[in-house]
Amino acid sequence: MGLLSKKSQQVLKDPLMSNNPIAFQVLGICSALAVTVKMDTAIVMTLAVVFVLSMSNTIISLLRNFIPGRVRIIVMLAIIASLVILTDQVLQAYAYDMSKQLSVFVGLIITNCIVLGRAEAFAMQNSVGKAFLDGVGNALGYGIILIAVSFFREILGSGSILGFAVIPESFYSAGYENVGLMVLSPGAFIILGLIIWVQRLITKVEEEA
Amino acid sequence: MRSNSYTLGFTTLVTIILGIMLSSAATLLKDRQQLNMELDIKKNILQALNISGQADVKLTAEEYQQMFSEKIRSYVIDKTGHRVDEMKPEDIDPKTMSGFYPVFEKVINNQTAGYAIPISGKGLWSTLYGYLALERDCKTVMGITFYKHGETPGLGGEIEKDWFTSNFVGKQIFDPTDKLVSIQIVKRTVDESSAEAYHQVDGISGATLTTKGMNIFIEQDLINYLPFFKLAHQTEEG
Repeated sequence: MGLLSKKSQQVLKDPLMSNNPIAFQVLGICSALAVTVKMDTAIVMTLAVVFVLSMSNTIISLLRNFIPGRVRIIVMLAIIASLVILTDQVLQAYAYDMSKQLSVFVGLIITNCIVLGRAEAFAMQNSVGKAFLDGVGNALGYGIILIAVSFFREILGSGSILGFAVIPESFYSAGYENVGLMVLSPGAFIILGLIIWVQRLITKVEEEA
Repeated sequence: MRSNSYTLGFTTLVTIILGIMLSSAATLLKDRQQLNMELDIKKNILQALNISGQADVKLTAEEYQQMFSEKIRSYVIDKTGHRVDEMKPEDIDPKTMSGFYPVFEKVINNQTAGYAIPISGKGLWSTLYGYLALERDCKTVMGITFYKHGETPGLGGEIEKDWFTSNFVGKQIFDPTDKLVSIQIVKRTVDESSAEAYHQVDGISGATLTTKGMNIFIEQDLINYLPFFKLAHQTEEG
């Protein structure tokens, strides 16, 4: 990545692993549980969040010197909400079935703590380029976890990946059964907990007692 | 600290710009969304009438359109159950017209194989929209689908899932004396040994109010079609 300075690389890469918004900051859990039954919904959700978060960070960073401090939160929310509604409208027009499956969870990106959190904590203080990278990085950090959770939930819960059956029929005839728990929310909690554990083992982060 | 007039001016400007952006996006995308919605309704009718198979069978938009035009005969009936030939289902404006009801008839080899009727009414948070299909005897449920609702995903939202809708298949809407009993969604599971089991369906935990609403509006919608069912049944026997 010779194109980016070291600092910018860090802005992009940190949220993927060591400072992951879901695994480290434990933000955005609600949608991480809801849209991870199947991988296709998790991927579309990731794309939607990448768009919303990078655009909201960019726009807010552009306006950061003009937004009056007293009303900054409401201005940020207006921008984020508009981007989310736009995403929802586009999905309804070009990916109707997907938008039906994601139902309210596209709209709920508005209340995803990651989006407002990055706007307030990063975009308000940093240049446009960095804010954009921070948005992409955090959205991908969120997306990686979503896709990882959905991968395990789909293969264990439905025996498929992206809708294609991967568990051979012979397994089923030998008595193997799909794990019903994985299709339900508790399955997401268990997988997410395990992922956070592994992530913290690797990054050697310890919770302060 | 910025002045009040700056703050007011700034927020007004932001609101106007975002407003223009959203309304133009909505206007531009409206036609496409409308098409998607109409196709989705057709898919639901086909699915309720057990033509297109399970929900996970993926067909292209053209295949659905073709299937719909080949196998579905749609028309309008009035309060007495007679066909109104000069109207089409899409002509009915529920806001201004009452007493006209659409019917979607499944036709296989020129023979009637079932009827789908629209059902809608209040669940817990929202109005539910769907289709109920009956066999050609106008008594046995062939299928039920929901294509639009605003119930909580995972709770009331489960009404559109196969595990719930498949329970309706084969249930009877009339009792042995030919009185309309409609479908009754019970709490928990149906007691198969009960004498009422023939028109009862397993409920959804956490969605009792949604299913209570369904019990009410399904019966009301069926009452509207009673004269039509009688006529259809007579021609069937005669």
